[in-house]
Amino acid sequence: MSECNGCPAAPVLEFPGHKGAVPPARVAVIGPPNSGKTTLFNRLTGLRQKVANFPGVTVEQHTGVAQLPDGRAAWVIDLPGVYGLSPRSEDEQIAHDVLTGQQGDTPQPQAVLLVLDATNLGRHLMLAAPILALGLPTLVILNMADDLRKRRGHVDLKALAAQLGAPVALISARQGEGLDRVFDFLAGAMPKPTPVQLPVLQDIPKCRQWAGHVGNQAGYRAPLPPKWTRRLDSVLLHPVAGVLVFAAVVIAVFQTIFNYVTPLMDGVKWLFQISGDWVAAVLPESLFRSLLIDGVWHGVGSVIVFLPQVLMLFLFIGILEDSGYLARAALIADRTMAKVGLQGKSFIPLLSAYACAVPAIMSTRTIENKRDRIATILIAPFMTCSARFPVYTLIVLAFVPNLPVLPFLSPKVLSTQTVAMIGLYALGFVMAVITARLLKSSILKSGRTPFLLEMPSYRWPTLQSLGLRLLDRSVVFLRRAGTVILLVTVVLWVAAHVPFSHGKPPALENSLAGTVGRTIEPAIKPLGFNWKIGIGLITSFAARETIIATLGAIYGMDKADEKNPDLQKAIHRDLTAGGAVALLIFFAFAMQCISTIAVVRRETAGWKWPLVQFTYMSVVAYVGAFLAFHIIG
Amino acid sequence: MARKKSKKQSGALDKNFRHPHTETMLQLSSNSEELAATLVDLRRGDSATLAAIDLPGEDARRLMELGFLPGTEITAGRSAPGGDPRVFQVDGSEIALRRETARRLKVHRSSRKS
Repeated sequence: MSECNGCPAAPVLEFPGHKGAVPPARVAVIGPPNSGKTTLFNRLTGLRQKVANFPGVTVEQHTGVAQLPDGRAAWVIDLPGVYGLSPRSEDEQIAHDVLTGQQGDTPQPQAVLLVLDATNLGRHLMLAAPILALGLPTLVILNMADDLRKRRGHVDLKALAAQLGAPVALISARQGEGLDRVFDFLAGAMPKPTPVQLPVLQDIPKCRQWAGHVGNQAGYRAPLPPKWTRRLDSVLLHPVAGVLVFAAVVIAVFQTIFNYVTPLMDGVKWLFQISGDWVAAVLPESLFRSLLIDGVWHGVGSVIVFLPQVLMLFLFIGILEDSGYLARAALIADRTMAKVGLQGKSFIPLLSAYACAVPAIMSTRTIENKRDRIATILIAPFMTCSARFPVYTLIVLAFVPNLPVLPFLSPKVLSTQTVAMIGLYALGFVMAVITARLLKSSILKSGRTPFLLEMPSYRWPTLQSLGLRLLDRSVVFLRRAGTVILLVTVVLWVAAHVPFSHGKPPALENSLAGTVGRTIEPAIKPLGFNWKIGIGLITSFAARETIIATLGAIYGMDKADEKNPDLQKAIHRDLTAGGAVALLIFFAFAMQCISTIAVVRRETAGWKWPLVQFTYMSVVAYVGAFLAFHIIG
Repeated sequence: MARKKSKKQSGALDKNFRHPHTETMLQLSSNSEELAATLVDLRRGDSATLAAIDLPGEDARRLMELGFLPGTEITAGRSAPGGDPRVFQVDGSEIALRRETARRLKVHRSSRKS
């Protein structure tokens, strides 16, 4: 999974055997959704698990090591958010099982860090009852101290600790404030909580009363309502202004990508060209040089040039996720979701599938209804993931001229390229919705579950968090280019150089790669693709953007082309306009991603659904491409 | 496109529904109970006290965990275009509910901002 475009490699940590005399303590981080557990976890362990400002980001347990001031270490286990200890969805089940020691591979934690949102203590304290009832040493952490102060709330920590029978710390995980208290707890004796009068856990009104009482005794003054959140919502959830703002933002992003980031891409391209020329000049003519130039420079290099654009896309996604707008988007889209029979909760996984389908499919664990969950898993790969993005960009840049859409608007404001790109994004979404409709009215019918979505307060995305996101993305993108894509390109290069005859590699057309391409040509000719594109299609099943590397390498090796081929121009020679549209449609619909197939198999516990999904998407892709080619010609 | 159409529909429905209904409620206000009202009847800025949740146990439990407890004051907030789902301010948080769920939450009217 870790090789996927959308999910930075998560370190898989095992609990080690007893190395020292005293094994490190195991401490679980638990709390309601979106209370900042993972932000704290990242602070304590120095790891970078994904955080964002909406409930349900963490759907599995993560373990990391916290280095304590006294030189010892502690294992910290981050858990999905829960409202209580009666699990309903898969992510809640994981949290429940780990806490109660029923998760096979994770021993029960010895202590608990209970993270509550200090700005909403009345309700969040309810969770303290079942957690304290576990009897484990507990530190009650009131997070978002900065927000509490700013909105003039107050709480007396000593009185609260006395009420709960457990130590209390007021922190801001985001600002890194008050963390010493947490480290002190981890390094200290971690006493069991003093038993206090707890309400009957099954009786929620009683629990809420208890929480209210405890809060009162601790002099809790709830903060003022978040003024800016209300103000922003009055624009962003306005029936007209909200839609306009959203459209403007989307247009601005793609415009920026085409008009202002493309020069950056040309810069990277230029770097690859001069460095390639230099390598070619320095090394003697040999097979190794050919592998290096054709495979690495023309192949992998032609993917890497898209890095600036991909980062721009992720910057946008990061701002949406960290600000809290994502939950609003889910709200706005809920009507469409309801029409096709899905619940609003499905929309958040779908939105995150714009980055990558793999984490999106995992985040469907927050959906309680099994059938809704499977339906969401099946449609998620239709959303335009960031691996499709370079392919779309390449074809759009090669085939769509940069013209104004409206005669009075400069193409710097709204260009045909932007519209084509937005159209492709919409295409994937529409196909997802149609598929959901088909599934929910046939094999995955289910009763309705109530839609509940907590709207987080808006927050400024911090520069640090956005910067780290981009850094992680770059690492993931480059690692993918350096592993999967490089490997495929090298295999392709070898296949393009056998069989050797008279000490010389064959012409590309007669090589092994060419033969394979020409063998499948009859199947793809109806879509407007020739054998070269065919080779690219085959390799793209390893990872979508591999087609770019493949075509880059093929055009580099093809002796018929000029020496330093420009990929855009070369593609233009091999595809008609109809063929280009067919290729875009094929990429929009086909499930060309091994990681996605693997994660669907894991999450649905079997091969049935991934097979159904792969077949369906392949058929849709083929038929769609066929129709496009024949209609446009 | 489809959203646009339904928006008009539900907007009109709301208007037709609202005024006579509110009047009835005012007439009934001498009675202590106004059981006819649900969260759906609240317009933006209206507040009401939750009386009962008419949903299966599991669903009611989840709502209660989110703060929808009988006796709690709930204020209707903004909604998605077309009025569904709507955000409700309850117990210090903002929770969005679909109309079909909001309809099952019975309320007593308490106050109304102008």
